[in-house]
Amino acid sequence: MSRIGVFTCWCGENIARTVDIERLTEAIAQVPGVRVAVNYKYMCSDPGQASIRDKIVEEKLDGLVVAACSPHMHLKTFRRAAAAAGLNPYLVEMANVREHCSWVHKDKELATTKAIEIIRMAVEKVRRNHALQPIRVPMTKRALVIGGGVAGIQASLDIADAGYEVVLVERDPSIGGKMAGLSETFPTLDCSQCILTPRMVEVGQHPRIKLYTYSEVEGVEGFVGNFKVQIRKKARYVDMDKCTGCGDCWAVCPSKKNLSEFDCGMGYRKAIYIPFPQAVPARPVIDKEACLYLKNGKCGVCAKKCAPQAIKFDDQDEVITEEVGAVIIATGYRLYNITKDQDNSKLTGYGEYGYGMYKDVIDGLQFERLASASGPTSGAIKRPSDGAEPKKIVFISCVGSRDEQHGMTYCSKICCMYVAKHAMLYKHKVHDGEAHIFYMDIRAGGKNYEEFVRRAIEQDGAVYHRGRVSKITQENGKLVVRGADTLIGQPVTIEADMVVLASAMRPSEGATRLAQMLNVGVDEFGFLSESHPKLRPVETNAAGVFICGACHAPKDIPEAVAQASAAAGKVAIMFANEELTREPEIASVNELTCAACFTCVRACPYTAIEKAMVLDGRGNFIKNTARVNPGLCMGCGTCVAVCPSKSVDLEGFSEEQIYSQVESLAL
Amino acid sequence: MSETTEKPAGNGFEPRIIAFVCNWCTYLGADLAGTNRLEYPSNVRIIRLPCTGRIDFNLVVKALEVGADAVIVSGCHPGDCHYTAGNYHARRRWMLFREVLETLGVDLHRIHFAWISAAEGKKWAQFVADVTAQTRELGPYNEYRQIIEAEVS
Repeated sequence: MSRIGVFTCWCGENIARTVDIERLTEAIAQVPGVRVAVNYKYMCSDPGQASIRDKIVEEKLDGLVVAACSPHMHLKTFRRAAAAAGLNPYLVEMANVREHCSWVHKDKELATTKAIEIIRMAVEKVRRNHALQPIRVPMTKRALVIGGGVAGIQASLDIADAGYEVVLVERDPSIGGKMAGLSETFPTLDCSQCILTPRMVEVGQHPRIKLYTYSEVEGVEGFVGNFKVQIRKKARYVDMDKCTGCGDCWAVCPSKKNLSEFDCGMGYRKAIYIPFPQAVPARPVIDKEACLYLKNGKCGVCAKKCAPQAIKFDDQDEVITEEVGAVIIATGYRLYNITKDQDNSKLTGYGEYGYGMYKDVIDGLQFERLASASGPTSGAIKRPSDGAEPKKIVFISCVGSRDEQHGMTYCSKICCMYVAKHAMLYKHKVHDGEAHIFYMDIRAGGKNYEEFVRRAIEQDGAVYHRGRVSKITQENGKLVVRGADTLIGQPVTIEADMVVLASAMRPSEGATRLAQMLNVGVDEFGFLSESHPKLRPVETNAAGVFICGACHAPKDIPEAVAQASAAAGKVAIMFANEELTREPEIASVNELTCAACFTCVRACPYTAIEKAMVLDGRGNFIKNTARVNPGLCMGCGTCVAVCPSKSVDLEGFSEEQIYSQVESLAL
Repeated sequence: MSETTEKPAGNGFEPRIIAFVCNWCTYLGADLAGTNRLEYPSNVRIIRLPCTGRIDFNLVVKALEVGADAVIVSGCHPGDCHYTAGNYHARRRWMLFREVLETLGVDLHRIHFAWISAAEGKKWAQFVADVTAQTRELGPYNEYRQIIEAEVS
């Protein structure tokens, strides 16, 4: 026989005004299983909670119903009070007689009847509650950061500085990401490399950061606290331990005309190369498509020249497994491909702008390389076709962004600012040049951002045309840009020497595949989904997996860095605990009756249910079964409802509990 | 939300309504109706579940069996599920289950599905008022008992 205590709160007058507390208490005292039914003016107050604690001890209560406000308000309060008196907190239920009764009904008779029924339901439920213990899961206090751009660098350094080990995986031969290639950054015009490269060096030298460059995450197993990650180290053909980074090899390499990825195709590199002088690690890599020795077996001059004999033509890809407890995805962005050749059938490209057809139509990142002191022109603005200094440049914003017809509805957020910056940098270098900008709106929300745009217009004389460009053609050596200025209501034609397209930001290649591997959601454009847009902005629905930077949505450097620190903070909070503790109100499978149809496995949004085997004491196979991983289950109960053999149940909301709640309402 | 609903109507029939709601959207929507003191008929009894995905539709049958004249199932709007996709599972299963119920002869006007968010206290109050009024019109669900008895005999 149960010994349940029912404690009804008056909530001052809030409940007592519409609910006849005396009648209610008398009625509840008659309910089978109820040992004691009392009421008090403010149950949540200290004396109220003390009276609950006292009664638990005096009456040896084994279940508690507090009839008061919403469980969202005070369930935790009363569970703590119960625990303080030695009663398992999961043996406490609340009956919501305020929000769902006294506050929404006026008739005292009806409200009292309803309140009694609400409490009876809670009594029926609580007598079927189980004493539960928080689930403890051991964890590996080591984080994986995927992507070595500015966000990944920030997250890695923050976690490592907090005292935990980090495995940082970068796909390219060097960390640094897009930011390493930028010229100067808005709104301060400080040199991008000057800010970033010291942070890159810190990563390279940090005793707690293990860096894998030219490597990709190939597979992930496990769950929060206990991931096993397969990392493919692509063949670099250079022994990283022997190489000193002296540069003798690339100096003699005869394969010269290879477009530099780092220079966005604006310059060339050798077949053996480091992407840029400040690369971390400062070790070269051989491009096997360009290397004469790897292609034809002839050449090998780099190997002859290399004093420490670090060239390894027989190098192979290597797959390494690392164990980590948390993952941060910081895979960043790529630019929208402006030509019509698109990987997504919804994106149709901007053939009319002549990108890829006219050499002097370039994109924003290519302009960054032109304007960068470390770029192919050493920072001189020279147009790609003939190296002449352009006297008139047209900058076009929103190429692909905010354009439903071309497939992307979102704003790429950084373009308004970098277009203003480009115009400014250009004018600082070519004083007699003209900078024309076509724009839809100028979105300059951010600290000192609006002022920056005003400066481009007022001090540097950038000419803004509010309107779209319909077509760009090449006539008599000029790029003829035909557009409209909707503010003056006239078509505008500009004969330009160069055109820079601010193309939309898209998630970087392979981000969707990676998201699937880690069970993280993506939106229709492939950006990774956060768990809650306001309150859980760096968490994902996959426990232990966090996101930061432009893989989540278009964002600028300060925002990416802030988010990276936030994600690192979440990881550090997780690691600061001895073990992971999780709510025990989760699902479990009755393995004896489970028919192993695995409908639940397919329905679970958290991949928390796995296919398993029931073995006898000697390890012989008995049957297949579904099994819930308590480290992953979030307790939604979808599996319970889909199970055809009724073999799954959910603690706290079990079949028995809910059916008896319904039955208590029988007339 | 009419005043008259608090007293038994002319013929004295007051429907019994059981609502299965999810913890994160509709339950909180009903909480909000309370916080805003939005009055609605007292005929409804709310049963809290973590998610509409948890709702086994046999529960709906059970509710009718214990004498409910109408049943409400309500959760987060599509796309807003706290658990990502539970409400889609609920919707998919309901589409199948309603055919089964229809075949059995259950009056689908007795079963109401809704998406009510944590911000929609007003929608909850109105919805309960509407369902109550509609069920008053329909009268007590005695036919269900006849179905059960037909099955038994």
